[in-house]
Parts: sequence; structure tokens; C-alpha cells
Amino acid sequence: MAHTRPLSPHLTIWKWRITMAISIMHRATGMALVFAGLLLFALWLLAAAAGKEAYEMFAGLAASPIGWLIWVGISWSFFQHLLSGIRHLLMDSGWGYELGVARASAIWVFVGAVLLTAAFWAAFCFGSGLV
Amino acid sequence: MAEFTLPANSKINGKGKSYPAPNGATRVRTFKIYRWSPDDGQNPRYDSYALDLDDCGPMVLDALIKIKSEIDPTLTFRRSCREGICGSCAMNIDGANTLACTMAINDVKGDVTITPLPHMEVVKDLVPDMTHFYAQYASIKPWLQTVSPEPALKERVQSPDDRAKLDGLYECILCACCSTACPSYWWNSDRFLGPAILLQAYRWLADSRDEMTGERLDALEDPFRLYRCHTIMNCATVCPKGLNPAKAIAEIKKLMVARAI
Repeated sequence: MAHTRPLSPHLTIWKWRITMAISIMHRATGMALVFAGLLLFALWLLAAAAGKEAYEMFAGLAASPIGWLIWVGISWSFFQHLLSGIRHLLMDSGWGYELGVARASAIWVFVGAVLLTAAFWAAFCFGSGLV
Repeated sequence: MAEFTLPANSKINGKGKSYPAPNGATRVRTFKIYRWSPDDGQNPRYDSYALDLDDCGPMVLDALIKIKSEIDPTLTFRRSCREGICGSCAMNIDGANTLACTMAINDVKGDVTITPLPHMEVVKDLVPDMTHFYAQYASIKPWLQTVSPEPALKERVQSPDDRAKLDGLYECILCACCSTACPSYWWNSDRFLGPAILLQAYRWLADSRDEMTGERLDALEDPFRLYRCHTIMNCATVCPKGLNPAKAIAEIKKLMVARAI
């Protein structure tokens, strides 16, 4: 062989479909929950253990705009992962393999995760008297 | 671990050629085609061929044959039946795997980009090496296996209801559009059998005349061979015969559960 055979292009030429997007999103949100969630939980505990000043700094950062972005992101990751996990469970039991159903259920997971996140934060803001 | 980028020798950075449309052409369409030759030591490249659609058949395969006959005889691709039953002209057209012979040029908007089936070793241009795919097919023993003696003077019979269980399975032409559309197969084709071969495996599991169901399931009971399907559904999305390999894989998983409880 004059030249080693190349590998044909894959991800770069592929036209994405929603059923593929939801699969990768399940992994991404799962990773986000494990790593970002665990890291924040550890930081919170560390701050609490380090004393009043450290804890107040943590609480201040948590209430800053960036902090809000992170909390909303993590809660959205949670609902996205939860709903696509339920979709996986249903498909593992044999439901929803017809293309139309698989696409519709994927759309519902994306929409549902956003709605649940909005509902969660609305309940939080009203319940805690922020609004 | 999955490699998400192409190896250095596979990046499409070769200098492509451009072939202009013939004079007086009115309905011009450009075909951007992946080229690689084992003989020149270059990386893959895209060559562009502008055709007059008024002087070309309606399917992508018609355009490829026209390019090869009239413009560039070095363009290499597989084709045979030109009616969607041999599976030879499977390739990636406009970002999805399909058969060039059953894909209408007019169903593509803008330039028609054509690459080989994804994540395969390229032999030349649009011709991928199918050796591993066929070896995986052979590994599932795709033939009727029996232990009971052959009935005298007649074939092994099957009721119409049992025969109907093979619908949606027997139509598979092994073009490999589905397997090479599957990201799980891209990253794990060394151990994961992929949608086409698993649909074929289920075709024999579902056959009422086959008497090796247990042995067939034993051979599939493996974290990789069967269980790398994550219901991404690219297989069913691209199948040019409208089959649903993901559903067949789910049926195999159900058989695994059913025999365990």
C-alpha cells in the first residue's frame, strides 16, 4: 500500500437530528451534574467548615448573577437528565421506536426540561419571598 | 476512548479541482465529491463538478455515472443495480447515508456534497473497506440452524403469522447505511456489532424455523456486541429501505430479559 488508508469523515459532515442531540445532551447533562454539582457541593461544605467569613463569601458568590446562572444551569441539567432518563427507561421497555414517536418524545423532553426549570425557579422565588 | 477528530492523514485538506459547467447550461448544480487515491501520497480533498441537470438523469447515481463517463474517469465508486436492491452505492449524501441510486438530486438543496460511508477506511474515493462489516455479519451465523431432522419430502414449513414476523427484517440489503450512521458504531465498531448486523441477528431469532435461539442469544450477551445501542435512532433515520434496526435491537434486549426471568 503506497499510503495509509484515511478514515472517512464522520461528525464533521453529519447532519444532526434531534434524536442524536438528545442522546448527547443526556451525557453532557449527566457529566455536568456529577462534576459541577459535586464540585459545588464540596466547595459549600469547605466554606461552611472554614468559618463564618468563608461561608459568607460563598453565599455572596452564590447570589451573584454568575451564581444564579450556575444554579439555573444545574437545575436545568437535572430536569433535562431526569426527563431523558425517563425516555430511556420507556425505550428500554420497548416503547417509542417508531421514528415519529422517537422525534416527538425528544422534543417533549427538551420543552419539558425548560418548563420544569422555569416552574422550579418561579416556585423558589415566590416561596422565598424574592418576588 | 473515542477519537472525535480525524487522524492527520485523513483531514480533508488536499488541493481540490474544479470542473466548470458546460457552455449554455441553464440548470447548473455543483457536486462536491470526496476524493482520495492510494497512489499520490496526498490527503483527501473535495473536487467540484458542475453539471447541467437538463442533461442528466434525476438521481445522484446518474450524476456520478455522468461525471465518470464524460468528465473524470478517475472518479471511483461502487454501483450495480441502480434500483435500491443491491446496496452497492451506499454513501453519505448531503450529511446522511443513503443509496445514490434512490436519492433524487432535487431532494438536496444547493451543492450536493458526497463523502464515503462515515468512519470507514477508504480504499479509494467513495469506496470504503467493508471487510470488517462482512466479518461481523458472518459472526452471527446468518443462516437457518436446526437440530431436528429434516422433514421427509417437504421443506420446513412456517405459518403465515410466523412468516409475518420477518417483515421489516428480511428486506435488509446490508448496504451498511445504518451501521455507519451510528455514533456508537463509529467509536466501538471493533466490538459493537452495529445496527445492520443486529437487525440480521434478530431476523434469525424471530424465525420460527430456527432452533438455535438460545445459542444465538448467548453469543450476543456481551456488554459491547449488543448493548452499545443508546437509541440514537440514526439507523432508522437513514435506512433507505425504511427499516428500524433500533427496534430490532430493542426486541433482542427484550428476549434477553424474558429468558432471564
